[in-house]
Amino acid sequence: MKQQHILSVLVENSPGVLTHISSLLSRRGINISSIAASSTEEPDITRISLVVEVSDYEAWAEILNQLENLIQVTKVIEMTNESPIARELSLIKVKASPDQRAEITNVTDIFRARIVDVHPESMVIELTGESQKVDAFCDLMQRFGIIEIIRTGSVFMSRAPEAAAE
Amino acid sequence: MILSGAQAVVECLKKENVDTVFGYPGGVALPLYDALYNCGIHHILTRHEQGAAHAADGYARSSGRVGVCISTSGPGATNLVTGIATANIDSVPMVCITCQVTTDALGKDSFQEADITGITAPISKHNFMIHTVESLPEVMTEAFYIASTGRPGPVIVDIPKDVLVSKAEFAYPEKPQLKGYKPVYSGDESMIRTVVNVLKQAKKPVFFIGGGVMLSDMADVVLELVNKTGIPVTASMMGLASLDKKHPLHLGMLGMHGTYAANLAVTNCDLLITLGARFDDRVTGAVSKFAPNATIVQFDIDPSEINKIIPTNYCVLADLKWSLPIFTKMVSACDIKPWVDEVLLWKKEHPLRFKEDTANIKPQAVICAVDEAKANDAFVVTDVGQHQMWTAQYAHFGHPRALISSAGLGTMGYGLPAAIGAQAANPEREVWLFSGDGSIMMNCQELATAVEQNLPIKIFILNNQGLGMVRQWQRMFYGKRYSGSKHEVPTNFQLLAEAFGAKGLTVHTKEELKYAVTYAKACKGPILVNVFVEEEENVMPMVPPGTALDQIVE
Ligand SMILES: Cc1ncc(C[n+]2csc(CCOP(=O)(O)OP(=O)(O)O)c2C)c(N)n1
Repeated sequence: MKQQHILSVLVENSPGVLTHISSLLSRRGINISSIAASSTEEPDITRISLVVEVSDYEAWAEILNQLENLIQVTKVIEMTNESPIARELSLIKVKASPDQRAEITNVTDIFRARIVDVHPESMVIELTGESQKVDAFCDLMQRFGIIEIIRTGSVFMSRAPEAAAE
Repeated sequence: MILSGAQAVVECLKKENVDTVFGYPGGVALPLYDALYNCGIHHILTRHEQGAAHAADGYARSSGRVGVCISTSGPGATNLVTGIATANIDSVPMVCITCQVTTDALGKDSFQEADITGITAPISKHNFMIHTVESLPEVMTEAFYIASTGRPGPVIVDIPKDVLVSKAEFAYPEKPQLKGYKPVYSGDESMIRTVVNVLKQAKKPVFFIGGGVMLSDMADVVLELVNKTGIPVTASMMGLASLDKKHPLHLGMLGMHGTYAANLAVTNCDLLITLGARFDDRVTGAVSKFAPNATIVQFDIDPSEINKIIPTNYCVLADLKWSLPIFTKMVSACDIKPWVDEVLLWKKEHPLRFKEDTANIKPQAVICAVDEAKANDAFVVTDVGQHQMWTAQYAHFGHPRALISSAGLGTMGYGLPAAIGAQAANPEREVWLFSGDGSIMMNCQELATAVEQNLPIKIFILNNQGLGMVRQWQRMFYGKRYSGSKHEVPTNFQLLAEAFGAKGLTVHTKEELKYAVTYAKACKGPILVNVFVEEEENVMPMVPPGTALDQIVE
């Protein structure tokens, strides 16, 4: 059984850092299902948010240690068990003939998504939320005809009053 | 001081007290080679970049200092790869400088371009590419710092040609600033106290020592610890030389070709105290049956070694330099006489032995003959195969760094260049190399290097006219179907040595062997002795792969 794990990895912002992380994970047979990297409150530190699929739970703690061991990694925070706030941004381009627009707009409103661009034959909708919400929205859009989906990968923040790194 | 990148590299090497580098030039490395010319650092030109990497490794293992090797881009850099992986798995401190195509040519499949940082990421401690000449001194300090601290390992520094030729003000930073790298030194003293208490309860304790003891220069403290507690000791190949084999409590090597006493002691112990060793599968046998009744204690510097293979009950996470003296001070003599008697009886009744029952020389006898002749402070280097195991079994090691061997990766072709590195670092001491007729061929071109540098390495080829270790497995597990493991056309190694300008000898008889050993000992230059040995000899005892250590076959 594969288990999902949520990691927040703080790294030095330098070349090669992703190679080191992904090569370590792939060697241990771990699949990365979502990845998002961005700057943080500290200037040279980048946060990489990862969702990974782990089949050998025994090895997991060991893999976390190996991640910590990477020279450019400053901190590895496992967030799986603290149900953090999770968000993912997606842009969805759907076919939208004039007679379908109203219905699409309706669903968009229900999901508190936003229409960001309109073309005579299509619309682009922006949606932010947990992955499952984005999945559900995409399912509903299916029948209008999805032209393209772009999703950022999830980012996570703990609900505790202090920074996760502390 | 304004310097070019190449000159800055040389300055950095001097600041790190590097006296010898091993390398091979090429197109984009020429600026660096120009800066090396007459710079005061001894450059040893090997005959293959793999040789340069292993030589830097041998230099590092024999001296405890960082070994340095240099190559050009593309094929030069990829030729280092086996040497880097070899050093990485055995925690050898090395800095490998690979030159790279110019920055504007990067990523365009340019002539002799290879993504060496990408290639070496999983087989090195770390790697860097230098993008600007200004950052060069900083990266070089970091490279040496990372290579030599914590759990040591190889670090690659990839330098594009344009960085080598651009100029900048040179200042060598005192201490590297690395946010993500804080090597462990001290640990939790209360944990050591806990271990001391656990030890007090133990009736059947054993020490298992690994390469970490040598890396932290703690062999003396281990000796004190063993003498004070009276606990029997076994070792991995990397730790084997850290305690004199003649010590009555040294049970010898653990694992597949370890001793009967060591394997039984670990299987039956109730407390296994591991000092700087990882649990390679060649050591553990079937993991589920490894030390089944024992509480496992691990002293290690690397958090990722804890619980990796064998679940640990207590771990002291720190540099052994910190933890072992404290532990040694806290312990007292153990009341374990029945256990020690039992273990020493195993040792007495099941010594390593071989029968000299054929007309041909037994390979083990070659090791013993050299062992008697060699100086106490000598280095013993091996290649990989049966001869390596016989060396581990039958040779004695006079100091913790005496045995130099590719343990973790098992790299055939390691021996000769590593011996060159060891001899270059220790010109006054004897370096003896045991190799096989298979392994020696994988880097025999380095005989030219040894001759050119006049390094008096003493090479003994245990010639069984084939790939002995492979043949042993085929004999034991594949119904004697010797697929691809026989050298049908013998190589005249004596002539080969002579072709390179080295002394060559051929040995068929015991008398000739005796003469050859005496001759080699006195020889002032490199010498190769090709000894024809019994072909069908097996390395024994043996724990069949995948079985428990007490299933050892003698
Ligand atoms: C580079 C490399 N290739 C293949 C092997 C697999 N291998 C292990 S031992 C061995 C045979 C070694 O033969 P030789 O050097 O003659 O030593 P012997 O076992 O005969 O003493 C081989 C092929 C290896 N360890 N390294």
